[in-house]
Amino acid sequence: MPEETGSSVRAPLLKVDDLSVNFEMSGKGSAAVDNVSYAINRGEVLAIVGESGSGKSVSSMAILGLLPPNARVQGRIEFDGENLLELSPDQLRQLRGQKIAMIFQEPMTALDPVYTIGEQIVEAIRAHSRMSKKDAQRRALELLYLVRLPEPERRINHYPHQLSGGQLQRIVIAMAVSCDPDLLIADEPTTALDVTVQAEILELLRDLGARLNASVLFITHDMGVVADLADRVIVMRDGRIVEEALVGDLFAAPKAEYTQNLLNSVPHLGKTQNEEPPQSAQVSRSAGAVPEPTVLSFNKVEITYSGRAGSDDFKAVEDVSIEVRQGEVVGLVGESGSGKSTLGRCAMGLLKPSAGSVSVCGTDITSMSSRKLRPKRNEFSMVFQDPASSLNPRQTLGEIVAKPLKLHTKLSASDVRRRVEEMLERVRVPSSWGERYPHELSGGQRQRIGIARALVLSPRLLIADEPTSALDVSVQATVLDLFKELQSELGFSCLFITHDLGVVEELADRIAVLRAGRLVEFGNATDVLNSSEHEYTRRLVLSAPVPDPEAQKKRRSEFAQVNSQ
Amino acid sequence: MADNLALASTEIVEKTGPVSRGIVRRLVKNPRTCISGAFFIIIVLVVLIGPLIYPITYREQVGIPLSQDGLLGTDDFGRDVLARLIIATRTSMLVAVGAVIIALLAGVGLGLLAGFLGGWTSTIIMRGSDILLSFPAVILAIAAVAILGPDLINVVLVIGVLYVPRFTRVVYAQSVAIRSAQYVDAERVNGTSTASIISRTVLPNVMSTVIVQASLSLSFAIQVEAGLSFLGLGAQPPLASLGTMISSGRDFLEVQPTMLIYPSLLLIAIVLAVNVLGDGLRDVLDPRRAFAR
Repeated sequence: MPEETGSSVRAPLLKVDDLSVNFEMSGKGSAAVDNVSYAINRGEVLAIVGESGSGKSVSSMAILGLLPPNARVQGRIEFDGENLLELSPDQLRQLRGQKIAMIFQEPMTALDPVYTIGEQIVEAIRAHSRMSKKDAQRRALELLYLVRLPEPERRINHYPHQLSGGQLQRIVIAMAVSCDPDLLIADEPTTALDVTVQAEILELLRDLGARLNASVLFITHDMGVVADLADRVIVMRDGRIVEEALVGDLFAAPKAEYTQNLLNSVPHLGKTQNEEPPQSAQVSRSAGAVPEPTVLSFNKVEITYSGRAGSDDFKAVEDVSIEVRQGEVVGLVGESGSGKSTLGRCAMGLLKPSAGSVSVCGTDITSMSSRKLRPKRNEFSMVFQDPASSLNPRQTLGEIVAKPLKLHTKLSASDVRRRVEEMLERVRVPSSWGERYPHELSGGQRQRIGIARALVLSPRLLIADEPTSALDVSVQATVLDLFKELQSELGFSCLFITHDLGVVEELADRIAVLRAGRLVEFGNATDVLNSSEHEYTRRLVLSAPVPDPEAQKKRRSEFAQVNSQ
Repeated sequence: MADNLALASTEIVEKTGPVSRGIVRRLVKNPRTCISGAFFIIIVLVVLIGPLIYPITYREQVGIPLSQDGLLGTDDFGRDVLARLIIATRTSMLVAVGAVIIALLAGVGLGLLAGFLGGWTSTIIMRGSDILLSFPAVILAIAAVAILGPDLINVVLVIGVLYVPRFTRVVYAQSVAIRSAQYVDAERVNGTSTASIISRTVLPNVMSTVIVQASLSLSFAIQVEAGLSFLGLGAQPPLASLGTMISSGRDFLEVQPTMLIYPSLLLIAIVLAVNVLGDGLRDVLDPRRAFAR
């Protein structure tokens, strides 16, 4: 796509002027968007980046008039010369879908489960044009070809639940472009998808935007995606625009301090290549020494979920052998459904393997009863994925962190309190917060409490199951920093489960790649990331977007190569 | 990455007190809840100390039958209607509360077991409560009391058993959801025993629903007791309950209409108050509403 520099003579397609959105909640108004102005030219891809609460989604919902009734919108939104805020609901409806189309984050919920995808596309077409049913059906098939859905003739009669998330997102895109819209608003369209699928969807969007000559307003939190797709970028924070720049300029020389921080926070591949290698306790201690003892080992583990009577058993993990040595961080990487979390739960004794054996800290826990395992639980612990649900809402932070101490030690009440306060300070939560409840904390702070609980007994092994995937990037960065610091101080071994290769590169000494329940490869972190022999690993590595437009362009073409093989 | 630490301080913290502190305040805020709550407290006081304060006993003959003697007149035996109303309220409330306590203890226990253990245990418990629920409660109660014999203890037991599934169901549904919450996994990883997880982690989290269910069940239990007593299957003379008073008041409608009107009004008021109070409690205690901002 040619990079328009805003000097085009024609008027912009969409012009937002002094847009403010207030939500009235029980008398008080809170500004979600505050005096925001921007414009999109024809054929341009504009990305709005921001963390949660930045107002990026609200400002785009305002364009379509899709805000809840308690929202008060002020300012001017000019689309093709018309002020959208002055249109009647009927006129707006005419515009939606025909001139302006939207792609949502969750393709699964954006489609109606009781109609076939063909019927839904036909309905979308006929809502805005007087086409006969037959013509509409022909057009629907064309669209499915356009979005490159495999086997469109067969799939057109499928129901949404029969397709994968990536395929569904293609359908949603097909519906969005069915009436040749001038403006396509995409609200985090790839956030719910795996990286390899995300790479394909982004490729499709880029291609479609160019082919249909539509402008794209792309809302995302992912700097890598921005680098991959956008012509121009707007960075938003707390409802205001922090910075606006062409994509090359933004990544080369970010002006606002917030943008610089944001870019620094993004863990991405290649980031640590110029810095020192990950400093886990093992690297610093055992350079050239004898191999450390094994703390966790999976030996040909197979885990099945038994189906209900009549249906088949599901093999979640098959023939996986991984070991974690003393003081080492092993990254366990895989896309959704690869069985990585299942393995983590198995190591914790929450699931029993159906074949093979698991041993933790020298004890074979494969067939141990949960009662026998209980006294051993001071040696290994876990940090969970969702900070919102891993803390009991009815316990104070002090109670939560003190619980393992009460179960496994005979410390006096005052010693317990002292240890809890020490631990809270360790994870940079004020030690006076022991009386607070989880809902009073932000996501990042909650996850720190989760880490404090896991480490309060100084375990030898920690299983971290996607501990940062629910957090904003800047918060994720602080939690990861804390994690690295604690790991090198306390020297625990760790199995770090994640889907994010950037995170793994920052932390892990060795990496295990899992796909559909099978181990693809297990080796040194640098080898796996940089010079893997395995096709799947390479696809995975290349599909992870990097916040650098130039590098991303190169990776994109490499990915296309690997993909076409 | 020292510059990231600067961002850490900007994380937004919601500054609110623990949920429990706001409950009473929000209960009082709603005028309907306030009025019904006050009325309910009066009823409880009447039940507890009414017979001690009011000087006339319910069996004593105080005047001519069906006259205006006494504060609210006399009944067909010349007994004081106010004294009988007090004792009737006490009978009805004690039966209802007793029945709800039985239902609550058994229902919560079974619901927790079914929800947390799953498998065959849950199949047996939940299908059992489905069977019980499939019969109309009042008809089943009439049949059961008729078989067991018209006695207040039987009424308590029958209503109690009939209402077990109501508690089992809500507790089961909630504990299934809580069982898969990560903080329950976290307790397992801590090494907490199953019994302790059920009593310390799951139970407090289902308690608010149980309280609401209890208050709503209480109003149904009062109605069922009144119905059974009306049919002569509950309280036996000379003991009064709201049902028996309505039943005997019916016979003297033309002579002394207040004999029917007073117990009927009282029954309506109590049931209404308990219902409205239950609704108010639900609004305040339901986690989805309490945490909604």
